[in-house]
Amino acid sequence: MANTTQPAADAATEAAGHAAEAAGHAAESAGMPQLDFSTFPNQIFWLVVALIVIYLVLSRIALPRIGGVLADRQRTITGDIAAAEDLKAKAIAAEKAYNQALADARAEAARIVAETRAEIQKDLDAATAKADAEISAKAAESARHIEEIRAGAMEAVKAVANDTAAALVSALGGSADDKTVAAAVADRMKG
Amino acid sequence: MATEEHSEGLAFHPMDQFIVKPLFGGDTVGVLTVTNATLWMAISVLAIIALFVLGTRGRAVIPSRTQSVAELAYGFVHKMVEDVAGHDAVKFFPYIFTLFTFIVFSNFLGLLPKAFTPTSHIAVTAVMAVGVFLTVTIVGFVKHGVHFLGLFWVSSAPLPLRPVLALIEVISYFVRPVSHSIRLAGNMMAGHAVIKVFAAFAPLVLISGVGIAVTPLSILAITAIYALEILVAFIQAYVFTILTCVYLKDALHPAH
Repeated sequence: MANTTQPAADAATEAAGHAAEAAGHAAESAGMPQLDFSTFPNQIFWLVVALIVIYLVLSRIALPRIGGVLADRQRTITGDIAAAEDLKAKAIAAEKAYNQALADARAEAARIVAETRAEIQKDLDAATAKADAEISAKAAESARHIEEIRAGAMEAVKAVANDTAAALVSALGGSADDKTVAAAVADRMKG
Repeated sequence: MATEEHSEGLAFHPMDQFIVKPLFGGDTVGVLTVTNATLWMAISVLAIIALFVLGTRGRAVIPSRTQSVAELAYGFVHKMVEDVAGHDAVKFFPYIFTLFTFIVFSNFLGLLPKAFTPTSHIAVTAVMAVGVFLTVTIVGFVKHGVHFLGLFWVSSAPLPLRPVLALIEVISYFVRPVSHSIRLAGNMMAGHAVIKVFAAFAPLVLISGVGIAVTPLSILAITAIYALEILVAFIQAYVFTILTCVYLKDALHPAH
């Protein structure tokens, strides 16, 4: 009811000045401005205008744009994840290939080492055998040589002994033929 | 003199902040008059445009701060619509998002000192609630025809109980826009009024000795209520939106 009397009260305040205006305000504040139906058409009109503007701006510009951005982002993230998976798979394959190559190289190296070792061993064996043969040949020849020298030396000793014995016999005044002397020397040398 | 100054100093006008008055002089509020309500609705609209249009104009895959706030709001409401009302409700998303942004911006801008809160007025919230009610009812009948009335016929209840339940369901259906609108307007109005009441106690220290105790208490209370109001400003917008989604779900999937 305060609301219906309010325009009248307001008119009175215009005329009556300050004190009356304060009183009018007091009366106004007693009721709820929310229930002042005279302002409803105004509020409803501007609310509808505001809502229509917001709706048009959002539905025409803002929401499609934000939805697009979100979809783009989702796509980018999905794409990036797929690319990352791809790269990861590639990295794993590369590592596998690397390990394979490493193992192959290792086996090859081992094979070469074994081969080389066998070859060297063969050469070594051959060289050793050859050297052994040479050594034994040389040793045999040397032994023969020594034998020859020894025989030569015996002959020389026998000749010298014969000569010396003959000279000794003649010096002691005897005379001996060479045959007897040689037999005597040979007999002595045996003993 | 002393008593008059007392009454002058402790002026309780907690409802004055809700008065709709013309912005450019004059006394009468006509349909087209530019009022403080118009001004603050316009500020809300501009803030919404600033956030959702200017803030997102970069369309960046890695968003700026404003863009990520806009995206956050979009994701929040979009998920709500999808989770609560179902996937086929997504075509109502711009409509629901419009309501949500308008309420959230009006509520928060209304917390500024000297501001006017359009959502504290039953005229505003009732228009939105009735709009939702009509939308939901029309969508329900267009999509399901008379089967939409099955919403009121609780087929899982024993047969004798069904007419009684149907009556209750019909009443609760028509009470929806009332509770939907009064909940929002009432919350906004009550919080703002309580802040004003405590604010009226604050200058008591200038008038009387009791003020030494009362003034700090009232300032503390204003701070606490203000913090609560920040929470309420968001929660009421959220509640209004989620109820809209729930009603929409009833219209799209009326199976009880």
